[in-house]
Amino acid sequence: MTQSGNLLEVRDLRVNFRVGKNEIFEAVKGISFDVPANRTVALVGESGSGKSVSAMSILGLLPDNAIVPESARILYGGEDLAKASAQRLQSLRGKEMSVIFQEPMTSLNPVFPVGEQIREVLRLHMGLSGKAAKARAVELLAEVGIPDPALRVNSFPHEMSGGQQQRVMIAMAIACEPKLLIADEPTTALDVTIQRQILELIAKLQKRHQMAVLFITHDLGVVGEIADHVVVMQNGVVQEQGPVKAIFESPQHVYTKALLECRPRLDRRPTRLPVIDDFLTGKAEMNLAERKRGGQPGDAVILEAKGLTKTFFLKEGLFGKRAVPAVKSVSFRLAKGRTLGLVGESGSGKSTVGLTLMRLHEATAGEVLFEGTNILALSDKEMMAYRRRIQIIFQNPYASLNPRFTVGNILMEPMKIHGIGVGAKERADMALALLNRVGLPPASFNKYPHEFSGGQRQRIAIARCLTMKPDVLICDESVSALDVSVQAQVLNLLQDLQDEFKLSYIFISHDLAVVKHISDEIMVMNQGEVVEIGGSDEIYRGAQQDYTRRLLAAIPRGWAGSRAAA
Amino acid sequence: MSAVMTNHVSPTAQESPGLWALAWRRLRADRVGMVSLVVVILFVALMLASFLGLIAKDWNQERGVSYANPSFLAHLENLEAANATAKDSAPKAEPVDLSDIDPLAPRYKEWEERAAKIAVTETKRSETLPFGGDKWGRDVLQKAIKGSEVSIFVGLTAAFFATLIGTVLGAMAGYWGGRVNDFLEWFYNIFTSIPYILLILAFAAVFKRGLDTIIVILALTGWTGIYRLVRAEYIKHCGREYVKAAQAIGASHLSRMFVHILPNASHVVLVQLSLHVVGFIKAEVILSFLGLGVPVDMVSWGTMLAEAQNELVIGKWWQLFAAGASMAVLVTAFSMLTDSLRDALDPKIK
Repeated sequence: MTQSGNLLEVRDLRVNFRVGKNEIFEAVKGISFDVPANRTVALVGESGSGKSVSAMSILGLLPDNAIVPESARILYGGEDLAKASAQRLQSLRGKEMSVIFQEPMTSLNPVFPVGEQIREVLRLHMGLSGKAAKARAVELLAEVGIPDPALRVNSFPHEMSGGQQQRVMIAMAIACEPKLLIADEPTTALDVTIQRQILELIAKLQKRHQMAVLFITHDLGVVGEIADHVVVMQNGVVQEQGPVKAIFESPQHVYTKALLECRPRLDRRPTRLPVIDDFLTGKAEMNLAERKRGGQPGDAVILEAKGLTKTFFLKEGLFGKRAVPAVKSVSFRLAKGRTLGLVGESGSGKSTVGLTLMRLHEATAGEVLFEGTNILALSDKEMMAYRRRIQIIFQNPYASLNPRFTVGNILMEPMKIHGIGVGAKERADMALALLNRVGLPPASFNKYPHEFSGGQRQRIAIARCLTMKPDVLICDESVSALDVSVQAQVLNLLQDLQDEFKLSYIFISHDLAVVKHISDEIMVMNQGEVVEIGGSDEIYRGAQQDYTRRLLAAIPRGWAGSRAAA
Repeated sequence: MSAVMTNHVSPTAQESPGLWALAWRRLRADRVGMVSLVVVILFVALMLASFLGLIAKDWNQERGVSYANPSFLAHLENLEAANATAKDSAPKAEPVDLSDIDPLAPRYKEWEERAAKIAVTETKRSETLPFGGDKWGRDVLQKAIKGSEVSIFVGLTAAFFATLIGTVLGAMAGYWGGRVNDFLEWFYNIFTSIPYILLILAFAAVFKRGLDTIIVILALTGWTGIYRLVRAEYIKHCGREYVKAAQAIGASHLSRMFVHILPNASHVVLVQLSLHVVGFIKAEVILSFLGLGVPVDMVSWGTMLAEAQNELVIGKWWQLFAAGASMAVLVTAFSMLTDSLRDALDPKIK
């Protein structure tokens, strides 16, 4: 440890990647920060900010095409890790500093029992073997809160849930009592209730083992709860760093301010979400007036589901089949020009509801009345007329556009199918108008999807739906894969389109803050069943059901909600 | 302060590189791939030229002595040719005069006169040929060129048809799943349970001998591997969101199968196509070698290799070398081109 009490000091860290022959991509452009002993430092930034690359360069885990210039220094207890040998780093990793990754499913080896994988760490770094290692593995599993550790030590990763797998990863990470724990988005792939448990576990372990934690995340709500010190990164540069109180209460840099403001909040609902550009141009105060939400009794119902049921059948043995109910008798009404939010954890069947409404899955039972017509009973030909009117925007903008089509083709294909517009010229003009409407330049017309960022691709997907002038738009986790600043822009766009075209939305998301922001009514689902339906403000103010209350309690509250109040 | 003019770009003015253009750019950067491509193009040009009769038209003419030496090895002793000429001129002994007992003797003169009228011009057979000659004195180099025509044509056409069958069946099985998949899998299993060479021989025995037969045989037996790969690719893509999105906008099954998914599986198909060209060129050689290949009045690398096995015993290696080397060069170039193609076409789309 250095005299200053810092466990780790990063100075002028630069990481460049060789891409192609003579091209260099600068991922990290000279950043400096400290990690004090026994403290939690959060590295916050959106995708492409260089936060993960910075953390991996501390561990020496960069890919082969990375170049770290001589000037960079990573001081760990006086030793410069940037110049340490591969062997030295190998002996440090796992013992002195360890790491938890985002995806526990892919970080654990599927063919070994979890106990075996923990024992390997103990054998390599602590020299433990046989009975002692086994006993220690059980002890560790108990410490990270796995029930029945003596039994579960022999489980294979696939026999555990995602949360338990992440607990095992944490057990492996703390097995050798490291001084520094690097957590790379450890809760991003988990449900909100599991996220809360894991966050609490990390905080508890940090205190008990006197570790320093470098917590990498894109979610400021999480940061506010667990960090002592925050480093805000953007495009490979540190924009601002300081104690968590300072960052949250008096952010200095415009980017930090924007990050804090553009995320939908539970306690406010501005007409438009502020986006980063607003802060740069100083127009952030606009449109902060509250938007009224909630249905009116006289609203016309455009879509109604009655007892919608979907059961999947898994093959079992040679002839056997096992029924897996995904959606159990779900009923709801969607009013014209309103938004129905659908929330639930993974496996709750919320996405299946969306796909079944569109007949992308055939329903097992139930009715879907679209202006009084049961569209589930229509033949494929009759359905075509309704296809146009219900459209869906998928979660992953990287997967939902055909990579071999130009944007122009993507937009004009539905028009051709449904006979909208006459001739290529008129259709192209309509497509260009729509591109303009969703905020993309006309030059996009001849480009391919891979040339666009995630947010832009989602705009293309929205434009594709708009070509058919739909009445109902199903948004299946449509903003979940986007960065917060981009998410705000897309949410604003969806809101504008609803105001302009009187669209009705079914908004499916696991993110309760986003759902609250955009929905008039909210339907909470759990294990295929509807737990609760109500106005969005009523649900958040006073949920009737235990399950809803638990979901709400698990939302990361950020700085204001947790420690500032305490 | 000057006003900034915004420059409106018309959408059609700016073509951005498509995925094919990107793939071509990647291939251009690959030196091995480009050299292989040039070699393959040269071979195809050779094949076309010979098909159009521009070169190697008279490959069937016996222009040299039997087993003529290659011109660069003119000094070699050619026992076979020597023997043959020796045989021709051997019976130089004076013929016995039978005119007194032969009843046809009076007509000898008449016949001689008539025989003199028919001009038998014995062309002078050359002692050497550019790359040697075969048993009948045909030019081995011309044979190799003419042979490439048959071999490459068979390879390309058979691979095209095998890929077509494999792709269509694979697309159907992968896209529809369920019963269609079960049936096609069953069909595939039966097909692959028969040893490959035996299957080819069985087909060859049933059909008549000919170029078209070889193509049909290879196409009918070679589609299985492609079928499996395309099927797997379709199963993978069917679950993708862009296919669901296509269904959501109301695209028909056919459009989803061949307009949406096929371009995304095309890298597999193309690589398989070129791999099978290589395989089928070799298969044609094997078939011809076994005597089930091209008819006797045609030449292919396979028939050349079949002839070469006897010649090798008496030390005449050039026919083997000509056929073997051209096949080796083409097959190697084609394989390397395939490798480069696979790298270039692999859609590592961000």
